[in-house]
Amino acid sequence: MATILPVSSILLVTGFGLSLIGLCGILMHRHLLRIIIGFALFGTGLHIVIVATGYVTGGTAPIIDRALGPAEAGHAIDPIPSALVVTAIVIGFAVTSIMLAYAVRLHSAKKTFDIGTFTEPKW
Amino acid sequence: MIYRAGVLFTVALFGLIFVRLASSYAERSTLRPLAEHYVSQAPVELGVANIVTGILIAYRGFDTLGEVAVLFMVAASVGLLLRKDEAGRRDPEERRRGPASEIVTTGSRVLLPVILTFGAYVIVNGHLSAGGGFQGGAIVASGVMLLLLADPGARLNAAALSVIESLAGMAYVAIGMIGLVLAGGFLDPRFLPPGEVGAFISAGAIPLVSALLGIKVGAELSVIINRFRS
Repeated sequence: MATILPVSSILLVTGFGLSLIGLCGILMHRHLLRIIIGFALFGTGLHIVIVATGYVTGGTAPIIDRALGPAEAGHAIDPIPSALVVTAIVIGFAVTSIMLAYAVRLHSAKKTFDIGTFTEPKW
Repeated sequence: MIYRAGVLFTVALFGLIFVRLASSYAERSTLRPLAEHYVSQAPVELGVANIVTGILIAYRGFDTLGEVAVLFMVAASVGLLLRKDEAGRRDPEERRRGPASEIVTTGSRVLLPVILTFGAYVIVNGHLSAGGGFQGGAIVASGVMLLLLADPGARLNAAALSVIESLAGMAYVAIGMIGLVLAGGFLDPRFLPPGEVGAFISAGAIPLVSALLGIKVGAELSVIINRFRS
């Protein structure tokens, strides 16, 4: 089946676009929570890109069932990027929750989320 | 103004890199040799139908152990960051929120068992279909989050959850040790018979490890959610 637009290209464009939106969010906003959302979007976009690089033309999910018999290994997509992205999602969750905890701490100190108000020396 | 121009310049540079990367990417038509080995050997060696789970728990099991350690550290450091200090203690009237409405409480009471059952299903089917310990644990934790949102006065027994997740973690390492003694190496799940591919009881110790991971992740995420609430 010849498709005009390959699936992996759609995924790559989506992932890179999401990353760019996240980068804009990190750099343009002054609100701490929006910056954290920007970081999360940046990471999610790159996860989509990593999964997209594992796609093999005409491949199916790497699960042995009716669609993929044990003998026809060539029809599966690359399972390694998927396994790595599961790890990356957990680490991304960890980083996001630590950032949110710091944001809650800063808010309880200054009663605001604006990074412009945190002007004292940092170290 | 200069800052904004700098931001636009940076984003444009990143966009340029991304466009070059995306335009020069050619879709693969065959598997890489390592992936080929995994896809063809995982059902034979491990008896696991879901190859992603096989890679996560058997071939890269040590990596997954490190991931669980990262989650534990996150729970610990979030607890440290959000601990209640005596000076910043909230006023009691700020903590008191009214009870949720009839619809919300009834809805959560109906939905909670369904969500927890679905989480358990995803955990125990991790070696057969899409899913696994991390995913199912996250679903269980989302059920706990629904409970906490619907009933602001609900108390989560954080001490019991900590004990549960410590025991699950220790059992995970113990299974790794058993693999070291009875099979090929640390975290090798082949000390139990691999069984028939696709059967519910199959794939050696992978379902066991997956269930432990699900319990640990569910308890850990519930503790983190509980920390953010109080």
